Amino acid sequence: MNNSTAIAPLPGSSRTAILVYLSISAIVFVLMMVFGTVMRMSQATWIGVNPDLFYQIMTAHGAGMVGISGLAGSVVMWYFLRRYVDLTVGILWANLGLFLLGVVLILGGIFLGGYAGGWTFLFPLPSNSMGLWGVSGAASFLIGLLLIGVGFLLLYLDVARAIIAKYGSLARSLGWPQLFAKSDAECPPAAVVAASMVLIVNIAGILAGAVVLVLIITNLFVPEFEVNPLLTKNLTYFFGHVFINATIYQAVIAVYEILPEYAKRPWKVNRVFLAAWSASTVMVMAVYPHHLLMDFVMPTWALVMGQVFSYLGGFPILVVTAFGALTLVYRSGIKWDMVSGLLFLSMFGWAVGVIPAVIDGTIAVNNIMHNTMWVPGHFHMYLTVGLVSMLFGFKFYVANLGEKTSGLDKVAFWLFAVGGVGLSLTFLLSGYNSVPRRWAVHLPEWVSYSGYASVVSALVVVTVIYFAVRFIAGLKGARLA
Amino acid sequence: MIQDVVLVLTLVLMGALMAVFIVVAKSASTEVVEYAPVQKSAYSIRSKFFWVLLVASLIITMITTVDLPYAATHGDTSVAAIEIDVEGRQWFWALGEHEDIHAGDTVVFNVTASDVNHGIGIYDPSMRMLGQTQAMPGYANSLRLTLTDPGTYKLLCMEYCGLAHHAMISEIEVLGN
Repeated sequence: MNNSTAIAPLPGSSRTAILVYLSISAIVFVLMMVFGTVMRMSQATWIGVNPDLFYQIMTAHGAGMVGISGLAGSVVMWYFLRRYVDLTVGILWANLGLFLLGVVLILGGIFLGGYAGGWTFLFPLPSNSMGLWGVSGAASFLIGLLLIGVGFLLLYLDVARAIIAKYGSLARSLGWPQLFAKSDAECPPAAVVAASMVLIVNIAGILAGAVVLVLIITNLFVPEFEVNPLLTKNLTYFFGHVFINATIYQAVIAVYEILPEYAKRPWKVNRVFLAAWSASTVMVMAVYPHHLLMDFVMPTWALVMGQVFSYLGGFPILVVTAFGALTLVYRSGIKWDMVSGLLFLSMFGWAVGVIPAVIDGTIAVNNIMHNTMWVPGHFHMYLTVGLVSMLFGFKFYVANLGEKTSGLDKVAFWLFAVGGVGLSLTFLLSGYNSVPRRWAVHLPEWVSYSGYASVVSALVVVTVIYFAVRFIAGLKGARLA
Repeated sequence: MIQDVVLVLTLVLMGALMAVFIVVAKSASTEVVEYAPVQKSAYSIRSKFFWVLLVASLIITMITTVDLPYAATHGDTSVAAIEIDVEGRQWFWALGEHEDIHAGDTVVFNVTASDVNHGIGIYDPSMRMLGQTQAMPGYANSLRLTLTDPGTYKLLCMEYCGLAHHAMISEIEVLGN
């Protein structure tokens, strides 16, 4: 997959941008994880956090994690994609600039303006806080999100331009001639196929997000401008679902590119691979109604579609990508180090996180699990054990730390794996016991679960701090090609 | 309890997947083999795995979509029930007048909201959730449940609605027969 002899040297500006992206994301991940741990410790009554501050931290944690996952995932895609198409480094910088400007507005809106309406900003909560925050706080948060969206939109438009310039159309870059017309031409590289899928879904998702943000911002300043809560909820969850899932679909390119180097086996792009990615393109967008299964007024067909696509959406992950990774590694003699280990762990995290997600996508189950801790249980599995492992596997690869794996690295790896899986399981256990999510104060009978969660959450924080320090200290030895 | 089935199924499947990953990871240090035969076997297994997943998904979908919780919202009044109007407000539930509820009665909660989005979760006396629906301004969702045990049932807010979201709890009493 990785044809290193054909790869052009990375220009200095690209190199700097990539390292800045990776460094910022490492630091922000740590900070957001600290926020998460503070919330769990507060729910465990180990520390005292007032509900107003708790919900501000919750809002920052949610928006921050989604945003930084998007930023980190996008640079993984950019790094590998530039080996095949001509991307614009100025756009990469512009995205970072808009992201940072957006972060300033978001943090200002939350911690100065008091906004605590959640990353979901479900209308009409942003404009109905019962005096907790004002128009300026909510507007600052929402405009910050809008700016971040504009940055990502520019990035994906540039990716679309570059891919179309090279391959002629997105149908070709998705491999449709090979898939549907039995073309004998060589299949596009995995990075190109994945990037094509991501740009399609993310441009649609970001535009939906922009529409709902503009609607709510307008309502903030002109309350007579009426907005439909059900419409905005649909738009929010379409945007949110697509965007957070696309972070993994971008970061997994690192697995496709790096794991074969380690296993000394090719990850062949074939018709099954192409079919899986084309199917994912449709399913990632069509599945979003599974976030609205408890909105009974929605058309029943849409909600049943949400369940069906929840099931089918797991197929490409389990049957193609995770299965492909297992096949690649089986009796390959692969050398386990921090890079290969984290990437392999990431496959486990993504695949295993699908299980509680798919089960919760069943309407009958969702009826007793929706908005309980079961939900963060499944996504903490595929975001912490899945995405974070992918990203740090890539960071360690870039920093050339694989061969320098130390005994302490191995200890940190296993503690992270135990902590990540444990974190997810504590959430799932709480969900099993019907504990609602997004509650600042838990009932006495639920407190012990948060205590267990605090321990494993702290373990994740400590190990990710170690990973981040190790990566940043290793930047001098970075290899970027 | 659905929760018990869900937890057991989840843990069994997660455990099985973990075992597969461990076996494969450990195999890397055993005798190295050519990739082509491994791929051939893997593709064969994958094909079977795909069909098993597809058939299982279809069967589960058919079984689980027979009795959806949406009927009462979409006008199904075929089941005799005690109706309770519920309005979510920051941060309490306003319950309409209703007749006494006895163990075994079927209740329809007609749920809406007057300010922001809320969600209502009905918890049995052991604090296990029986069912839920969203409470949205301008819309009414009807949640139909049979309350089998006498005791105090709690109504908890399931959709984040601001500062006192976690304090938005009401109660209804279910009398013995």
